[in-house]
Amino acid sequence: MPYDNQRAYDRLIFEMSSPGRLAFSLPESDVPVDPALAAVPEKYRRRDPAALPEVSELDVVRHYARLSQMNYGVDTHFYPLGSCTMKYNPKINEDMARLGGFGRLHPLAPEALSQGALALMHELARMLAEIAGMDAVSLQPAAGAQGELAGVLMIRAYHEARGEKRSKVLIPDSAHGTNPASTALAGYEVIEVKSDAEGQVDLGDLERHLGPDVAAFMITVPNTLGNFEPRVMEIGEACHARGVQVYMDGANLNAILGLTRPGDLGFDVCHFNLHKTFTTPHGGGGPGAGPVGVKAHLEPFLPVPVVAKRDDTYTLDWKRPRSIGKLQAFWGNFGMHVRAYTYIRTMGADGLRAVSENAVLNANYIMKRLEGHYDVAAPGPCMHECVLSARRQKKQGVNAMDIAKRLLDLGFYAPSTYFPLIVEEALMIEPTETESKETLDAFCEAMIQIAKEAEANPRAIHDAPVTTPVRRLDQTKAAREPDLRWRPRG
Amino acid sequence: MRYLPNTAQNQRAMLDAIGVRGVKDLLTKIPAKARLSRPLALLPALAEADLIRHMRGLAGKNADADGWTCFLGAGAYDHYVPSPINHLILRGEFFTAYTPYQPEASQGTLRTIYEYQTMIAELTGMDVANASIYDGASSLATAALMAHSINGRREIALAGGLNPLYRRVVETYVDGPGLKLRDLPAPEGVVDLDAVRRVVGAKTAALVIQSPNFYGCLEDVAATAELAHAAGALLVVVSDPVNLGVLEAPGRQGADIVVGEGQGLGVPLGFGGPYLGVFAAKNEFVRRMPGRLVGATVDLDGNRGFALTLQTREQHIRRAKATSNICTNVALCALMATIYMSTLGKRGLVQVGELSTAKAHYAAERLSAVPGVSLRFAQPFFKEFTLRLPKSPERVAAKLAKQSILAGLPLKTFDRKLGDCLLVAVTEKRTKDEIDAFADALAKAVA
Repeated sequence: MPYDNQRAYDRLIFEMSSPGRLAFSLPESDVPVDPALAAVPEKYRRRDPAALPEVSELDVVRHYARLSQMNYGVDTHFYPLGSCTMKYNPKINEDMARLGGFGRLHPLAPEALSQGALALMHELARMLAEIAGMDAVSLQPAAGAQGELAGVLMIRAYHEARGEKRSKVLIPDSAHGTNPASTALAGYEVIEVKSDAEGQVDLGDLERHLGPDVAAFMITVPNTLGNFEPRVMEIGEACHARGVQVYMDGANLNAILGLTRPGDLGFDVCHFNLHKTFTTPHGGGGPGAGPVGVKAHLEPFLPVPVVAKRDDTYTLDWKRPRSIGKLQAFWGNFGMHVRAYTYIRTMGADGLRAVSENAVLNANYIMKRLEGHYDVAAPGPCMHECVLSARRQKKQGVNAMDIAKRLLDLGFYAPSTYFPLIVEEALMIEPTETESKETLDAFCEAMIQIAKEAEANPRAIHDAPVTTPVRRLDQTKAAREPDLRWRPRG
Repeated sequence: MRYLPNTAQNQRAMLDAIGVRGVKDLLTKIPAKARLSRPLALLPALAEADLIRHMRGLAGKNADADGWTCFLGAGAYDHYVPSPINHLILRGEFFTAYTPYQPEASQGTLRTIYEYQTMIAELTGMDVANASIYDGASSLATAALMAHSINGRREIALAGGLNPLYRRVVETYVDGPGLKLRDLPAPEGVVDLDAVRRVVGAKTAALVIQSPNFYGCLEDVAATAELAHAAGALLVVVSDPVNLGVLEAPGRQGADIVVGEGQGLGVPLGFGGPYLGVFAAKNEFVRRMPGRLVGATVDLDGNRGFALTLQTREQHIRRAKATSNICTNVALCALMATIYMSTLGKRGLVQVGELSTAKAHYAAERLSAVPGVSLRFAQPFFKEFTLRLPKSPERVAAKLAKQSILAGLPLKTFDRKLGDCLLVAVTEKRTKDEIDAFADALAKAVA
């Protein structure tokens, strides 16, 4: 729960500024300054100093410490946010990412003097390839959406290399928004494929769209209703028979570690979200990392450079004429690679399999405990997450958003709401394997309490949240009168 | 397993409640022929102390900027990082939070982003900044796409001083929509304005100019702005925000969109990432911007509060028609930059710029006084410059590395015409003694 006095804290760093205060420590110059400044033409020099705050070091520390207390995080709260895999982020990962040889290494340091970093990247790529049953992995994409873009661009390059012009990509209507957005960015027309009543791909609709102009079919496994598509291999075979590549969105990989592998299921490409499955922190929205894995026929198109091993030396291989190019200036979010590597080395093969088994067990337990109180979007068993619908509560005047807000008052972060789009009043719950039965029980009891309140006293739910630093916000005002930066009063 | 709290007893109780005998009964939808029947072939799990020893071994093989004196730049710089940054970002309430989609439980993150947007807008001289893109290069790529979406034109003109690594990222991103890149030469280290006049025209969506550019030279941004606007094109400026305590804000020089690498604002070198893609624009383009935006509003009681806003631009609402595919950004790096800018403040950022340019000019003077060594371009520069060497820059750099000096970046692989050149960056952290030692070692290496 937030600190009681948080409601009283309503300051921005600019409002604490007092001319003359400072929080930094810089040395006196040991070389002449004036001649250097004179060498920078006046027209290139700043005329008015930037109006940044003037505060002391304690001002900075206390302000941001107090702002942090206005957040819920995994370290403080159960965070059952579906599709986001808000699992515990191990502290040892942070220590390892801060070792000087990793954290203070310049990306353009000579290869001979970066062998430890390159070795780590090479081994991480190999381990991810093994986990996914892929032939090669690029660690370069900065996040899942960039991994998708890289994957779709590789598919495009592959078709073009074979002299085929294909213009469409098929994506289920249950997909994450990044799937169509990344695909459109790669120059494709997006065709939405319908889902059936249980949230699975409507095979008839898929069949109707599968033509010679289709480049790829993109699907999340397990799907966004938390279910494993039992016919996923048949779908892949039907696609391949028509020259269509199949792409797996790996957002839900936490469900299948060591149980099955995208490559074995027939996928040509998949991306990983290191910030979901492999415990790198979400950081309030990022950074993440979105490595992309491919089968051998797509390997020539991987982003450059590729970390290669020759004899016992690691090198950045730029000589890849069929590469799709580059996605970031350097080699990827290396800090996240160190954390993910640390995690995989902590868990080992048996540990990773236990991760998915417990994630699946926890999700099914929640679904079982709540199925009498909420509608279930699709029959179980589910995989690592379950999707409920608040359609029953909606008839009582309480929608999914109300339930989410009430949970905040009861000491839990909210599930994902209104996603997937194909489920009315969706509440998508992903407990992860790092939560205990006691926590799951406490959460289920809160959900059951809310279901009862919806029957007896819906008004109390409409008022929620009341314990958070602010109450419900006027989103319409935020959008109609955008106030996107602070300005001094008067 | 310390991250898995379920005991055998817990598991039994949960399985009983679900009504199945074992976890495998929950996995029956996975096709039998694709079930993995062997353990994954991974390196063995390590206990914490053994893992630390292993990781220290790997880290110890790298030439970090603590053990080596770093004169490398080219888009990543060894600037001072105030101590409070690391302590504050490690607070779990920031560190382990998700994107602030539930604003009531995310006011901390939302407020820091609002502060970040304000500071970046102020520094760059623009109206509005977003909550971040992945890095400087991907920020530039999305700016090129945004320019195309604003004016519908299909060519992007790139000034020759653009970081070649950024150019490759732009090339990748414009492939989908099929935009054409036009390269403008910079034979004397800055863009040839006659070439700008010839090439930038009715088809040009945007002119992209980086200042200081890849070679370290300062460009006449205002002059290129006039030429771009005369042709009805937008001006996209690539700028390093940590320089903007001393260098003029691009917004005052006619920029329509400002992007850049914010790594210098307190983000660790970290072998290239995660970094901070800065993105700012004029107000009139705000609804075409990529990425998240935080706005101030009020709550039910009329109290000030903050929320993500203008989300109809984004992929989770607009899907295939979104302004960008970005979802996860680099919020924590933006927080580092926010704390950095708060700590350095109005005067500190000016001092960082003054010290950096003072040391860089001193270094340029000392190094170019070495017999056979000269400055490649006769242009004003800021904290980075290009040296021409009488011997192979690769070999010279290798020799200096033996004395724990990372001398700079040999440019042959970036620009064949500059095969005899070394790009040297000098931040406020370098001392006179380190620069003198570099000059002495260079003199011996080229003798």
